[in-house]
Amino acid sequence: MVKHVVLIEDEPNIIEAISFLLRQDGWQVTTHSQGDGALEAVREAAPDLVILDVMLPGRSGFEVLQELRQDPGLGNLPVLMLTAKGQARDREAAERYGASRYMTKPFSNSEMLAVVRELVA
Amino acid sequence: MLSFNILVLVATLYVGLLFGVAWAADRRARRGQLGWMRSPVVYTLSLSIYTTAWTFYGAVGSAVRNGFEFLAIYLGPTLVFVGWWWLLRKLVRVGRSQRITSIADLLSSRYGKSAMLAVIVTLLAVVASTPYIALQLQSVARSFSAFASRGGTGIDPPDVNVTAFWLAVGLAVFTILFGTRSIDVNERHHGVVTAVAVEAVVKLVALLTVGIFVVWGIAGGAGDILQRISAADLNTASASGNRWVALTFLSATAIICLPRMFQVTVVENSDERHLETASWAFPLYLFLMSLFVLPIAVVGLAELPAGSNPDLFVLTLPIAHKQEALAMLVFLGGFSSATSMVIVAAIALSTMVSNHIVMPLWLRMRRPTAEISGDVRDVLIRSRRLSIAAILALGYGYFRFTGGSEALASIGLIAFTGVAQMLPVLVGGLFWRGATRRGAIVGLLAGFAVWAYTLFLPSFEGSWLMSADTIANGPWGIALLRPQGLLGIMGVDPLVHALVWSMGVNTVLFILVSLVSFPSPLERMQGVQFVNVFEHSSGQGPKGNVAVEADDLLVMAQRIMGNVTALRLFREVAREQGKGDGLPDPTPEFVDRLERELSGTVGAATAHAMIGQITGGTTISVEDLIAVADEAAQIMEHSAQLEAKSRELARTARQLQVANEKLRELSIQKDSFLSQISHELRTPMTSIRSFAEILRDSRDLSDEQMRRYSGIILDESIRLTRLLDEILDLSVLENGQVTLERATGRLSEVIDKAISATVIPGQDARLKINVSEEADKIEITTDLDRLAQVFINLVSNARKYCDARDPRLQIRVGRDEDRIVIDFIDNGSGIPERHREIVFEKFSRLSDASAAGSAGLGLAISREIMRNLGGRIEYLPGQGGAAFRVTVPVSPPEPSHGVN
Repeated sequence: MVKHVVLIEDEPNIIEAISFLLRQDGWQVTTHSQGDGALEAVREAAPDLVILDVMLPGRSGFEVLQELRQDPGLGNLPVLMLTAKGQARDREAAERYGASRYMTKPFSNSEMLAVVRELVA
Repeated sequence: MLSFNILVLVATLYVGLLFGVAWAADRRARRGQLGWMRSPVVYTLSLSIYTTAWTFYGAVGSAVRNGFEFLAIYLGPTLVFVGWWWLLRKLVRVGRSQRITSIADLLSSRYGKSAMLAVIVTLLAVVASTPYIALQLQSVARSFSAFASRGGTGIDPPDVNVTAFWLAVGLAVFTILFGTRSIDVNERHHGVVTAVAVEAVVKLVALLTVGIFVVWGIAGGAGDILQRISAADLNTASASGNRWVALTFLSATAIICLPRMFQVTVVENSDERHLETASWAFPLYLFLMSLFVLPIAVVGLAELPAGSNPDLFVLTLPIAHKQEALAMLVFLGGFSSATSMVIVAAIALSTMVSNHIVMPLWLRMRRPTAEISGDVRDVLIRSRRLSIAAILALGYGYFRFTGGSEALASIGLIAFTGVAQMLPVLVGGLFWRGATRRGAIVGLLAGFAVWAYTLFLPSFEGSWLMSADTIANGPWGIALLRPQGLLGIMGVDPLVHALVWSMGVNTVLFILVSLVSFPSPLERMQGVQFVNVFEHSSGQGPKGNVAVEADDLLVMAQRIMGNVTALRLFREVAREQGKGDGLPDPTPEFVDRLERELSGTVGAATAHAMIGQITGGTTISVEDLIAVADEAAQIMEHSAQLEAKSRELARTARQLQVANEKLRELSIQKDSFLSQISHELRTPMTSIRSFAEILRDSRDLSDEQMRRYSGIILDESIRLTRLLDEILDLSVLENGQVTLERATGRLSEVIDKAISATVIPGQDARLKINVSEEADKIEITTDLDRLAQVFINLVSNARKYCDARDPRLQIRVGRDEDRIVIDFIDNGSGIPERHREIVFEKFSRLSDASAAGSAGLGLAISREIMRNLGGRIEYLPGQGGAAFRVTVPVSPPEPSHGVN
């Protein structure tokens, strides 16, 4: 069975890189490039995993995560947060809002893949 | 033959003349035409009330009985006036500066405004003056009788008592009419004083005429008279040295302490300098009055039948020689002497009685109400009038009671000794600050008691209160207490005895009690005011005095209201008073107005006190007040300075608060920037690393994929480089190390280049840009690339942040003489006011989420560029959307760095 991931990220090059890596690993990838409508996109795709960037146009990744956790249908969905801000404050915020895992950009491809696999195992 | 009826007619006409004079003088005074009425001559003549009927008639009697003794009565006043500088000047100055109305008022003021002292002095004055008034009534009545009794008139001699009665009534009417016409603050009675001056002339002329008639008409001229005098058997033996000294002392005291003399000398004095004239003119007057006393005495003794009353020689000599007109003149002279004394004495006494006894009683009996000021004047005038009537009634009563048996001169001396009791207290009050109220009261009462016991009561010769036996042997037969021989001192003249004892006891007790008692604060203050009166007041006449008052008021008003305001007010009032550029008169209206104006500055109570001090009795000197005003002004200035300082501090605090707020926001911005710069660096690095790994690890990539991924790595590397360039650029610009490439170009070209640089290929440009046509016409010389960099930033910001549905950017261009202004105005929601400064700070972005693809360095760099170009960039509020104004100088600034 093909696992389904929704990638919410605004940088086109990073979208391309992550999509390539996950598809190569056998994932079905849906992308969304802004904060607005992200929750609807996730609800529609009903994925096994969400990869969420923090710095998004429209609404921040934290806001999206907060709403996602409060949604009864999506509350237990594994979420991997990616952020380009390497500060401890952001990590704490991510944990508080209920991110399953948290990774700082730039990341190692293999490490990212390992985390993704682990989250849906 | 002069009929008695003609005598009555002439007397009546004379009185009518006096009425006319008094009335005319009063009217002139009321119109302010004082003129000659304020001359030193009138003042000196008014002093002549010292020479009453007692001296007019009695001096001759005294000469007959006691030889030269009568001269002592003139010597005392002469000494006082010649030495005016020492005592009278001070007395008059105090009287003026304290607005003294009577001797009772003076002593009361000096001793802490003591009401009790005022009552004592008033009673003493009334008791001592009553016999004196009786004496005047008697002398006029007797002179009437002298006329009538010479027979041949067909009319019975009128009853002396009836004459005296009607005289008393007439004098009461005159005094009431002219003595209480108005209640003047100064208690000056111009009408009365003028009438008194006229009477003074009449009595002098009368006496001189009689003297000339006697010397050259009856006797054989001056030489004959001198011979007769030396031959005459005048009773010179009794004129002991003691008595001489005593009489001189008494008369000197009387001229100061007699209520009526105090009235004319001090109260009616309108100018201190008049004393200077009076100091020689009044002794001269007295000299003339006494010149013919001895001739008349010796001629009278020789010519008139034995047993004739020497007290009437002045009148009976002309009658005996059938000189009717001269006799009439003498009669008028005596009449003048008597009436002027009674009138002035009645005024002085009524002032004291009403001010110190009637009014206080009336006020105490009334229930206190707020509105008593209206009828107080009426009550005051009524009480004055009643007092005058009562005093004359007392005088008449005394006259009837004693039956006119006493020799005139001795009544006068008894009265003199009575009022002399005030002298220690008066002189002590003027020269000794240590004198106290208690001392004054005790001294006065003791002196008065001794006087009554040793002189006044014995003068009734056993007919009243004190029996003849007591007088002869002492009370209960105790010889040591004999009224005229206390402690067994016998053989002394009763007058000298009484004078020495009363004055001695009085003075000693006054000094002793003053030394052991403590003055109240008010007493102390008044003491200083009296003793140092010359340091606290000015001695100008009333004209000068008015000016000085207005001067003082102006000085004070200037201190309090400020120069300009005070001068304006005074000039305005002066114009209203028709005084042109001079100082206004301190009329009640003006003083009220000034007080109101001042109360606006210093408060009503203070203003009232200050004005009161200057216009009313001066309890505190003007200098003291000015010192107070200075202090107040200093305090006001200090508080103004403090206010200014605290305003300044508040301003600094606000500035600090603003700076602090800015710092706080900057600190948040700094944190935000660290995240931002991290994000900006990590984002391209993420792509680079990820694709680098893909290229390394993936074996089955197509050529096309490999090229594309390598291209991404390259682009992101360039993006990283650009970011680092920007940071470096900003750093260079901030340090002023920038090199400007100056060139001249059309402004529109610069703008177009900037707009096209912001268009991202492949994206549809939603932002519509409108550039005003002016831009075509403007040539500009500057670093065109740097300017374009600023424009690019502004246009791309508009592209990024303009949140309107239909975004538009208006680029407006304008120029004046030395600068070009380019405004960039979009139709978005603009920048909130609190962010308008911060947008220009480096690394600032208003929110994380809205700033995709920017490091937030654009405006910071733009500002630095404009600074380097000699212009500026600023937010332009109130334009609807976000609006920035770029200002560039037409001619570029001198290059500071780097251009070779």
